[in-house]
Amino acid sequence: MTAIEKLREALGLRVPNTDTAGVHLSTSPTDYARDEPDSGKPRDERGSGKPRDERSAGASAKRELPPLRVLAGSGQLGYGIPDAALAAGLERKPHFIGCDMGSIDPGPYYLGSGNMGTSEGITRADLGKVLRGARSIGVPLLLGTAGTAGAAPHLEKTLAMVREIARAENLHFRLASIRADIPRDLIKSAIRANKVTPLGNIPPLTEEDVDASSHIVGQMGVEAFQRALEAGADVVIAGRACDTAVFAAIPGMLGYPMGPAMHMAKIIECCSICTTPGGRDALLGTLDGEGFVVDSMNPLRHASPMSVAAHSLYEQNDPYRVIEPEGVLNTEGARYEAVDEHRCRISGARWEPATRFTVKLEGARRVGERAIVLAGCADPRAIAAMKEILPAVEKTVRELVAGSVSGPFELYHRVYGIDGVFAWPEPPDPLPREVFLMVECIAATADDAKSVATVFKQYLLHHGFPGRISTGGNLAFPFTPPEVLSGTAYRFSVYHVMEVDALEPLFPVTLEDL
Amino acid sequence: MERWFNLPLALHPARLITLGMDHMKLIDAARVIRSKNAGPTTLTVDLMFNDESGYRRALAAPSLAPPEIARLYGLKPEQVEVISYPPAIAVKIVMDRKLIAGDPGDRDVYGAQQHGPLLAIEI
Repeated sequence: MTAIEKLREALGLRVPNTDTAGVHLSTSPTDYARDEPDSGKPRDERGSGKPRDERSAGASAKRELPPLRVLAGSGQLGYGIPDAALAAGLERKPHFIGCDMGSIDPGPYYLGSGNMGTSEGITRADLGKVLRGARSIGVPLLLGTAGTAGAAPHLEKTLAMVREIARAENLHFRLASIRADIPRDLIKSAIRANKVTPLGNIPPLTEEDVDASSHIVGQMGVEAFQRALEAGADVVIAGRACDTAVFAAIPGMLGYPMGPAMHMAKIIECCSICTTPGGRDALLGTLDGEGFVVDSMNPLRHASPMSVAAHSLYEQNDPYRVIEPEGVLNTEGARYEAVDEHRCRISGARWEPATRFTVKLEGARRVGERAIVLAGCADPRAIAAMKEILPAVEKTVRELVAGSVSGPFELYHRVYGIDGVFAWPEPPDPLPREVFLMVECIAATADDAKSVATVFKQYLLHHGFPGRISTGGNLAFPFTPPEVLSGTAYRFSVYHVMEVDALEPLFPVTLEDL
Repeated sequence: MERWFNLPLALHPARLITLGMDHMKLIDAARVIRSKNAGPTTLTVDLMFNDESGYRRALAAPSLAPPEIARLYGLKPEQVEVISYPPAIAVKIVMDRKLIAGDPGDRDVYGAQQHGPLLAIEI
C-alpha cells in the first residue's frame, strides 16, 4: 500500500476511480470524499469549524471532510530546526510533513554556481530530523526547492545526504526525486513562439541568455508532487518548486478544495513567521472542507487574525492573488478569525483554475570574478571629500592597470554611513563621524579582480586631496589583507514566465527504494 | 528633571515644533514599515498601522500616492502601485527595482532595507 493510499484509509476517504495521476484543478471537493464524515476517527475539534462562508467550496456538492493535519517542519531547511516545536508537532500525528528548502531571495549566486546557501553540517542535521520524524510516524515527507536553488547540483547534493542518512540510520523508504531544470531547446522554441514573458522589470528573454545561463529552473506546482506520490513515494525531494506545492499537493489528491488548501500552503510554508512573535518553529495547519486552523508548535508564538492576515502580504506583489502553475489563489473573500488566543482559523479563499499552464523560469549567468576591499575612515575631511576621492582614485587605477590587466572590469564603491544601503540623493547633514568603505571589482579573471582591488586599496590609502591633514593614510584596515576574493559573480538572466501545454514532461520523477 | 532625550520619540521637542495639528509622521502611525523583494525584479513595502484611523489617514495622504513614492525612489509614477489591504489594516506599495536583485552594483539583494525614504514622510 502506498503512502497516499494509507492516508486515504486513515482519513476514511474513498479511493477515487478517476485517473489521479493527472492534475487536480477542481475547486470542489469531488469524488474523493465520503458522503458522511468518518465518525469513527477522532476528530480534531479545533479544526472542524462549521461552514460559514459558502464561497469557499464553490460547487454545490459541499461535503464535510475529516481534519487533515499538515506539519510545516521548516521554512528554510538547513538553518537549524528548533527541536521542541518539531517534537510537539510530531506528537500531534500529522498526516504528512512538508519543508521548504530554498528560494530565489538569496540572489543569483546559488542558482548560478550550483552551491548551497546553507552549511553542509546543519543541512544534514536538519534533513536527519525531518526524515526520522516522518519515518517514526510513517507519514510522507515532502521537500521543495532542494539545496537553496533547486537546480540539478542542488538536488544531487541534497539526495546524497538523504541516502547517507538513510544508510547510517537504517531507514527504509521509497524516495522520489523531481528535477526542475528546464531543457534549453524547449525554452528557445517557446521564445520563438512568443510564449515567454518577463516578470517585472527585466528585458525580454533572448536565446543568447538561455545559452549563457549556467542553470535554468522552472517552479513546479502540485502536479509534479502528486505524480511522485501516486508512484508510491514516501519521501519526495524536489528541485525548484512553488512553496505552496509542497503543502497543497496531498490535500488536492485527497479531494480537499484547492482554495483553502492553497491558502493554507501559502501561510504555513514559512512555519511560525505568521505568528507573534514570529519565529522558525514548526507550525501545524489543520485543513477541513471549508478552511484551516494554524497552530504554532511553540506555545509562545500566537497566530492571531492580524498576524496571519499580515503574513498574506509578505513578499507578495499582490496580496489578493497568488499565481501558481495550475491556477490563481484568490484571497479576496478570505476571513481570519481567532479560535483562541493561540490559534487562528482562515476560510473563504477561492481557487481559479488556469486555462493555460504557466511555469516561472529562473536562471543565472556568470558575470565575472569578484574581489572586494574593506576599510574604514574616521577623518572628517576625507569623509567630506569621499564622493570626489573615489572617482579620482578609480581614474588613476584604470590608467595604472591598463597594461597589466587584460580584460574589461567593473568597479563599484559604496560608502556605508552615506549611501551604502540606499542611493540617497543627498549626503546626511551632519556627516557621520566614521564611514565604512567597500570597493568591489568584477573582472574576467580572479587575478585581474585581485590586482585591481589591491592597486585601488593602496592608491585610496595614500590619495592626496585638497585640505588633507591625515597624511599617514586615509583608511583604517581592521585586518590585512583587506582585499578579498569573494568568488564568481552571477546575475539573474532569466526571471520570466513560460506558457506550456503540459507540465508533466518538464518535471521528471525518479524513484529509488532505500 | 526630565531631559528631552529621555522623552518618547513622539514628544521630542523638534517634532512638536515641526508638526502642526494636521500633520503626522508615518512612523508615528505605523507599527511596521518593512521592505522586501517580491521576486528579484520587484520591491514591496508593507505599512501596517496601529489603528484604523492611521490606516485611513495614510490611504488619503498625497505623500503616499504613486507620484510621490516614485519621486522618493527615483522611479516613474507608473512603476509604483499602492494597494490597500483591510484585513491587516495595511497598505502595500509595489514598485519596480531599478536593478534586478544581485545585479552588479546592487546595494540590497533581499531589498529588506529600502524603507528608509518613507520614515520621514508626513501623512
